[in-house]
Amino acid sequence: MSYSGGHILIGSQREGQVSRFPAWVMLVVPLAAILFQVYVPLFFEFLGFLEMPLLVVVYFALMRRSQVGGLLVGAFVGLAQDSLSKNPLGMLGIVNTLVGYFAASVGLRLDVDHPLIRLLLTFFFFLFHQFFYWLMVHALLGQPLAFELQRTLVLGLLNAVVGISLFHFLDKLRKAT
Amino acid sequence: MDSFLNRYRSITVLLLAILAQLVLVAFQVKNDRDVRMIRIWTVTAVTPVARIVEALRGGGSGLIRNYVLLRDADAENRRLQAEVDRLKLENNFLKNELNMADRAKALAVFQSHTPSRTVAATVIGTGAGTNSKMVLVDRGTVSGVERGMAVVTPDGIVGKVITAYPTASAVLLITDPDFAAGVISQKGQVRGTLKGQGTPVCRVDYVPFEEKVEPGEWLYTSGDDRIFPRGFPVGVVKVVRSAQPFKEILVDPSGMERGIQDVLILVEGVHQAIPDTPPANQPVFIGAPPPADTVKLPDNPGNSPSGAPAGTEADKLRTQYKDIGEAQGHKFGEGTPGSKPPDFNLKLPGPLGAPAAPPPSKPAVPPGGAPRP
Repeated sequence: MSYSGGHILIGSQREGQVSRFPAWVMLVVPLAAILFQVYVPLFFEFLGFLEMPLLVVVYFALMRRSQVGGLLVGAFVGLAQDSLSKNPLGMLGIVNTLVGYFAASVGLRLDVDHPLIRLLLTFFFFLFHQFFYWLMVHALLGQPLAFELQRTLVLGLLNAVVGISLFHFLDKLRKAT
Repeated sequence: MDSFLNRYRSITVLLLAILAQLVLVAFQVKNDRDVRMIRIWTVTAVTPVARIVEALRGGGSGLIRNYVLLRDADAENRRLQAEVDRLKLENNFLKNELNMADRAKALAVFQSHTPSRTVAATVIGTGAGTNSKMVLVDRGTVSGVERGMAVVTPDGIVGKVITAYPTASAVLLITDPDFAAGVISQKGQVRGTLKGQGTPVCRVDYVPFEEKVEPGEWLYTSGDDRIFPRGFPVGVVKVVRSAQPFKEILVDPSGMERGIQDVLILVEGVHQAIPDTPPANQPVFIGAPPPADTVKLPDNPGNSPSGAPAGTEADKLRTQYKDIGEAQGHKFGEGTPGSKPPDFNLKLPGPLGAPAAPPPSKPAVPPGGAPRP
């Protein structure tokens, strides 16, 4: 795959193309991401840091370049995560909805095939996700939750690095245009 | 109006989605009720897949491993390397199987001995979210599991069921900050409330500073919370700090120290007495004593002139002084103060009374070195 190396803003029609995915990809990939988060840390505890559902939301929102599509993917994935946690339904749903919306908004303006852009955006949205979730737990539930900035930064970087590889793999599932 | 909605379609949908979810959160928080329908959908969608994955992992891992490793069987060096890898993995696999069998055996023994009625369950998933301290087990309302039931292992308590679905249940672990249980100390019968901290170590609150709790002491469930029956091990006190008005006590939970894969859900708990001795679920192997005729002590161990068995340096010195005293007719403990003591520099005859090596008659010359003028 060749990336546009010189610029990061959308400068041509090709860079502004909307990626399309088969329906089964839109269903199976988020489900697999949730399963990964639920199942894999049981046997590989060190992989518990990976926020696969978030990475998938960011990817689909960026690539489909549709704000409504992005927020809907985020809402469904977030609600599914809430269902499998002790959170009230909607906590991660709201956070992922916002992530999906903003990621799609950014995707309209930037060349999201560029690996550096993907790295930075994934890192940023991980921080956004963690901070907003912390804020909501405090504000809506009134529960104490530690926000360790250094740890979050490191986890954000690790998730961003994994995200690059994941996005590269998911690119292969795109419909040919 | 239509053009307005079209223009702000995205932001309108966003606001609606956020508002709907906020209402959902508010409804649950205010009424302390759950929207079970959505959870049941998700759990029903996810747990069968998790079960299939677990079954594949357990049953088909050997097949997959063999296939992967034998794929490059043509090249001899790679085949040999693969063989080594396969054996290592197999060894690891068998160790895991043995470990699982041990755990299953311990669970079965515990289940048959405990007066409480229990249901064995296997952990099939963890809660979503990086900070989650929740697991999913493969038993639900169909098996008689209900919300609020205690979850234990033979080593101690693990958590409690917070949601029971038809085929699975969500268990809040004792390390979760929302978890609390009544506990009582073994020695002083001091009561407190165990709370999770989100870390592997839990803390015990509400223990007045004048109460005596020591590090190393075992804590048991007190039964006050009406979830955990009295008498189940909780963990060992790790740190005790004096503070006002309550002590700061940190506890190392015992229920999860060997990991949690198989657990027991107490569907009918029975209170038990607090045992006098710490729980010992792991029997300690003690080998048979050696036969008497094979026990042969060395003829003259240590520096004891009389050939007594070697002890500490103090024992050796005591024996030596005793022999010196006997050789000079002195009895220790007799005689007035100021009377002549025995000569402790006396050289006794015998193998150990003799010097270890004769003094050198002339200075040693280093090998290869020329004698000095």
